[in-house]
Amino acid sequence: MVTLNSASEVISLQSVNKRYANEAVLHDVNLSIQSGECIVLVGHNGAGKTSLIKMMLGLTRPTSGVIKVLGHDPAFSAAVAQGLSLGYLPESVAFYEAMTGREVLTFYAQLKGASKVECVKLLDLVGLGDASKRRVGTYSKGMRQRLGLAQAMLGNPQLLFLDEPTTGLDPILRQHFYELIDGLQKEGATSIISSHALQEVETRASRFVILKKGVVVACGTLDELYQQATLPVRVKVTVTPGQASSVAERMGSSVNVTEVNNQSFNLSCDMHEKMPIIRHISNLGDIVQDMQIMPPRLDELYTHFMSGNPS
Amino acid sequence: MKMLWVLAMKEIRDGLRNRWIAAAIILLGSLALALSLLGSAPTGSVKASDLDITVISLSSLSVYLIPLIALMLSFDALVGEFERGTMMLLLTYPVSRWQVIMGKFLGHLSILFMAIFAGYGGAIILMTVFTGGSLEGWQAYVTMMLSSLVLGAVFIALGYLVSVSVKERATAAGTAIGLWLVFVVIYDLILFGALLMDEGQLIGQKLFSILMLISPTDSYRIFNLSMFEGVSDAAGIAGIASEAGMSGTLLISVMSLWVVIPLMLTLFLFQKREL
Repeated sequence: MVTLNSASEVISLQSVNKRYANEAVLHDVNLSIQSGECIVLVGHNGAGKTSLIKMMLGLTRPTSGVIKVLGHDPAFSAAVAQGLSLGYLPESVAFYEAMTGREVLTFYAQLKGASKVECVKLLDLVGLGDASKRRVGTYSKGMRQRLGLAQAMLGNPQLLFLDEPTTGLDPILRQHFYELIDGLQKEGATSIISSHALQEVETRASRFVILKKGVVVACGTLDELYQQATLPVRVKVTVTPGQASSVAERMGSSVNVTEVNNQSFNLSCDMHEKMPIIRHISNLGDIVQDMQIMPPRLDELYTHFMSGNPS
Repeated sequence: MKMLWVLAMKEIRDGLRNRWIAAAIILLGSLALALSLLGSAPTGSVKASDLDITVISLSSLSVYLIPLIALMLSFDALVGEFERGTMMLLLTYPVSRWQVIMGKFLGHLSILFMAIFAGYGGAIILMTVFTGGSLEGWQAYVTMMLSSLVLGAVFIALGYLVSVSVKERATAAGTAIGLWLVFVVIYDLILFGALLMDEGQLIGQKLFSILMLISPTDSYRIFNLSMFEGVSDAAGIAGIASEAGMSGTLLISVMSLWVVIPLMLTLFLFQKREL
């Protein structure tokens, strides 16, 4: 078993391209993932998230470029080559339908060298304890997803690949799931998660990778993304009744003033204009009663990178 | 080794769960019993023993049945898992692709072993209890069982090759049936047809022997009919195989090649495959 040193490179991708027939699925992807990171892949369906994960797992090969997982080419025997404990939850997970939930998990546990006790524990943890003697063929979508999570968690994986992990989970299980991930994360596990649910992963992700039609349009921490996006900052200014329009007129040309009414108005400005504007407003004295600064929201950020042309 | 065992055990459990093994044992056992009961009738005053007759009739039937059973076990083995998506997950576990193929192969071979030895073996035990049997008869019978297992292995391997080459399960099923027809029926039909038309002009004994030898099913037939004196006397082909230079080792080696080569090709195609 390979143990990961802190802050060492776990996965690196260098100008990775992937084409199926004539269709480019991924184009010139460069990425370096350090141990302990939680990388969230964001993008539309078909943006290349799943392809990217499959390549890191060695299930498919890049058309060109180099992928290294712990310094090795993952191609076609990822888990064997590295002897690394790895967990994977595919997008729509499929199991052997005729086996019971417990049989499925025991089978996978044997392959990973995990114990039967751990299987029972995991089944209870994902709430399948009672259903573990039923055939997987009779499971609902949510139950399959939970079984999928259980198998991904087998053997305390140090490297987790989760493709849309929370689809089909109810809110309580969702929370449960993230607690599990946090637990592994604290022990130093590295995780790569693809997700649509931005709000859910917002606080957990160490970095976001935003994919659009196979191209990485943005990559970085949330703060870095805000910087890159140069979305306007909005400020709501409340002034002495009746003074709103006159104050608004004194805001200068670099800001955009909207929704002026009797007592308040909104203004938006570029990120780098924010501090001068705030100073300007606070210099106005008693006339300004309140000021609310609203940073761009996450979904605005997402829409920006999805629709706009990245700078 | 442990991985192979885990993967093989999964296939065996599947076989037990869906009653596959039970059905195959009953099928093979009842056929063997029926043939041995029928077989005792025509021996009459001829010196041939019951067991020898049974070996002849049973191996003639096994040539059709064993490949069919083996192909039914194997045609779905890979394409089924590709199609359902279970292979993708399996390959992210610490198993390599050759282990997946060999694990399945060991599992399916064990299923076939159980079917043949419980089915045919059960029948011979019953037979010996009721009619008695000679040592040589027993040897011929056990050899027949073992060679049936090798024949089964050939068609499991061929089934995998079909399974890894096609895109859909339905195609695999169709191709497997086609394969069965070719090896069990059509090849021989063409060969004998050609022999009749040719009237010994182009196809000499040597060429004919080679053409028989390269077919795994014909190798199996010749092996079982010629290995033991009692059997070959009763079958009326005494000495033919040895005259043609076909020893038991050669025949089994040819069949083994039919196991190894398709398995290697399967592995090669599987290694290249992207999921």
